[in-house]
Amino acid sequence: MSNPDIRTPDPGRTELWKNAAEIDAAIARMVDELTVLLARQGIADPLMIGIHTGGVWVAERLHRALGLHEPLGHLDISFYRDDFTRIGLHPQVRPSCLPVGIDDRHLILVDDVLQSGRTIRAALNVLFDYGRPASVILATLAERTGRELPIAPDVVGLRARLERDEQIKLSGPDPLVLLRGQTPRKPAGKSDLKDARSTPEEDPRAGTGSDPETNRP
Amino acid sequence: MNTPNPQLDAQGHLKHFLTIEGLSRELLTEILDRAEGFLGVAQQAVKKVPLCRGKVVANLFFENSTRTRTTFELAAKRLSADVLNLNISTSATAKGETLLDTLHNLEAMHVDMFVVRHATSGAAHFIAAHADPHVSIINAGDGRHSHPTQGMLDMFTIRRHKPDFASLRVAIVGDILHSRVARSQILALTTLGVAEIRVIAPRTLLPSQVEEAFGVRAFHDLSEGVRDVDVVIMLRIQRERMNSALLPSEHEYFHLFGLTEKRLSGARPDAIVMHPGPINRGVEMDSQVADGPRSVILEQVTNGIAVRMAVMSMCIGTQTLNSQGRGEFLNG
Repeated sequence: MSNPDIRTPDPGRTELWKNAAEIDAAIARMVDELTVLLARQGIADPLMIGIHTGGVWVAERLHRALGLHEPLGHLDISFYRDDFTRIGLHPQVRPSCLPVGIDDRHLILVDDVLQSGRTIRAALNVLFDYGRPASVILATLAERTGRELPIAPDVVGLRARLERDEQIKLSGPDPLVLLRGQTPRKPAGKSDLKDARSTPEEDPRAGTGSDPETNRP
Repeated sequence: MNTPNPQLDAQGHLKHFLTIEGLSRELLTEILDRAEGFLGVAQQAVKKVPLCRGKVVANLFFENSTRTRTTFELAAKRLSADVLNLNISTSATAKGETLLDTLHNLEAMHVDMFVVRHATSGAAHFIAAHADPHVSIINAGDGRHSHPTQGMLDMFTIRRHKPDFASLRVAIVGDILHSRVARSQILALTTLGVAEIRVIAPRTLLPSQVEEAFGVRAFHDLSEGVRDVDVVIMLRIQRERMNSALLPSEHEYFHLFGLTEKRLSGARPDAIVMHPGPINRGVEMDSQVADGPRSVILEQVTNGIAVRMAVMSMCIGTQTLNSQGRGEFLNG
């Protein structure tokens, strides 16, 4: 699980949000956008790095579709999370694996769901402990409301406007589908949670091409 | 668990690490899995993760050690903790301060973790029993009793070469009687469910009734003992034993119990050879073996840092949670 904001959904209240075909279409759009972006920035040979676990699944597909030469890197951000003092060690830690040195390289960082931005903050810190990349492009399968840090993706597959107590979670690796559910009860003291639930709204920015993504709740 | 284990909090999470005894296979496996994650930190250009930033770890070594103290210090530093090294023999204890006074003074400096080595068995348990509730104690070796992080780094090294514990035959060779390392290894190997544990030593260096007490097979002949084993763990022969009539002489010991390529030839072809260090070359093992292709002795040193990072971060994580009111935040 790569996103600290997304918790294991309550099994009773999880439902399919995007099916495999919709995810495939979103990834295909990301491939197109990445191709354009890389060409515009004159980047010939980028390194792609996926964030465990969902980000790696998405990155594997992008990596294959783009036909990148260098092997895919894996990043685990558990040791760099900002909530160790609140929730302790993350239960599952997989070793990070960056097979190619990142110094002076152009990186494509891939994650599944972008919400608060804290995962990406942590991932950037990990990367800079490995070296000094020339640039970092952020590609996320889904971007949702709820940003808490000034972090913006460069390439996005799907967009959703969700309530704070709603979450989306990537299930994979095969097939890749996005599930939607309620966030489990938060600890006391977080009084800003809304009691009323509403269906996710269509984000007008959803889909970036001429074929807007239909966000069916 | 029926009787509360002083190392665990009410939820069964590791709070202190004093001994392997009483810990479940799941918990030992969790330590090994976590260590796997920490191994990669050494590959980073900046060999540090911010996990324990702002925590203070005090190394309290009442007994000399270079490797253990250094790897604990490195482990703490790679977790971004601040480290105090207290050389007790030259400090307040030498001036008459009691152990508990030393402890309470350090607690007053808001130390979060003590790494303790002491010549008396039970010293780490004693300190854990008297320490402030927010402080974690790691046993870095107490008397003849326990050296749990050494035991776990050995398990970690074995697992990296031979992932299936259930199929393994492991031989431990040397001074089993006085060795806290051997005790921790035997407990860990038993908990992790290896097929067979052998101890190989002269009768004077084996505890009485070792087979019944530890569930191991005892051998007094090295070549016979290592036959078909997957792992050979050598123990350090301490020179003072030579003077205590338990052993004839270094030369004599090597002649009978020194590990040579020839004696090792009966072991499995892919057997690995381990030693907690420091090695007495030409006493417990031949240089040809120590530096040979089956030796994983230097890997053990590297792995020791990752295993100590795992244990330290688990204990500090538990303490942090308990001071915040656990449970509400955790969901698996």
